[in-house]
Amino acid sequence: MTASTRPGHQPSAAFEYLTTKKDEFVGWARKFSLFPYPFVTACCAMEFMSVSSTLYDTDRFGAALPRFTPRQSDMLMVVGTVTHKQAPILKKVYEQMCEPKWVVAFGVCASTGGFYQNYAALPGIDKIIPVDLYIPGCPPRPEMVIDGIMKLQDKIAAQRHPIINKDF
Amino acid sequence: MTDALFEQVRTSLAGMVTDATVAHGILALTAEPAQVAPIARALKENLGFDMFLDVTAVDWPDRDLRFDVVYHFYSTRDHVRVRVRTRVPASDPTVDTLVPLYGSARYMERECHEMYGIVFRGNDDLRPLLLYEGFVGHPLRKDYPKQKEQPLVPYRK
Repeated sequence: MTASTRPGHQPSAAFEYLTTKKDEFVGWARKFSLFPYPFVTACCAMEFMSVSSTLYDTDRFGAALPRFTPRQSDMLMVVGTVTHKQAPILKKVYEQMCEPKWVVAFGVCASTGGFYQNYAALPGIDKIIPVDLYIPGCPPRPEMVIDGIMKLQDKIAAQRHPIINKDF
Repeated sequence: MTDALFEQVRTSLAGMVTDATVAHGILALTAEPAQVAPIARALKENLGFDMFLDVTAVDWPDRDLRFDVVYHFYSTRDHVRVRVRTRVPASDPTVDTLVPLYGSARYMERECHEMYGIVFRGNDDLRPLLLYEGFVGHPLRKDYPKQKEQPLVPYRK
């Protein structure tokens, strides 16, 4: 018998197998299948539309298909000002998302409250939910959003991906 | 033509207003709080001001009669506006509602009520409109702390 032990198998010059680590493999798979939930409240939405559509095209990063239910999405994009009155809705949307999930604060209002410092506006969504990525700007340029998505991909690729199963 | 209409408004409301001037192309009337509803009725029924644009307030913290309540009316026939301004004290910031005349007043009075604490006698639905149940105070009053927050969701950490 030669190297191949499987009957009928013809060895070739192509890759037969790869070695990798579980976390790297899962991270690589997950970083290209980000399903965003657009929690869009204000003027940053215009820039979100711009970055999602043809010219800038977040589909190149596997993050284009918005799911309009939190149950099917894993990237919560908070685009625009969140008021105190809206905060319970945002919290509920976040809690409805399945793990794994990542949160992007899109624009200064979502990141810090921006220029709103008053009775109405929440000073940054990280006051109520954990945030993975802050994209500053009023609104951010599409290039900045793409840079942010790439940084989030790097973060996902480098993360631990605990899957509760003794075999994997 | 506008001048003639303003003159007509002035003469027909002569006994009800304390002052009437033209400012920036708008006829600005000043009146006692009790006269606002009769003035609005006369404007709507006799003078063609069929559209209620807005009611808001102005806070003058140092004045005895602390709040100006400001109404704007518009005539879709003549394309002119009239402003009616009245003064109420902070101890009893009450004016009569205009809901029986203009249905749209219901929402505008709710907003004015939550933002300034003006009470519209006769409007039975002064629930918060832009704010939420449990909000304490009136945020557009000058004595409301500029950065005071009343969060509905407890903050993390």
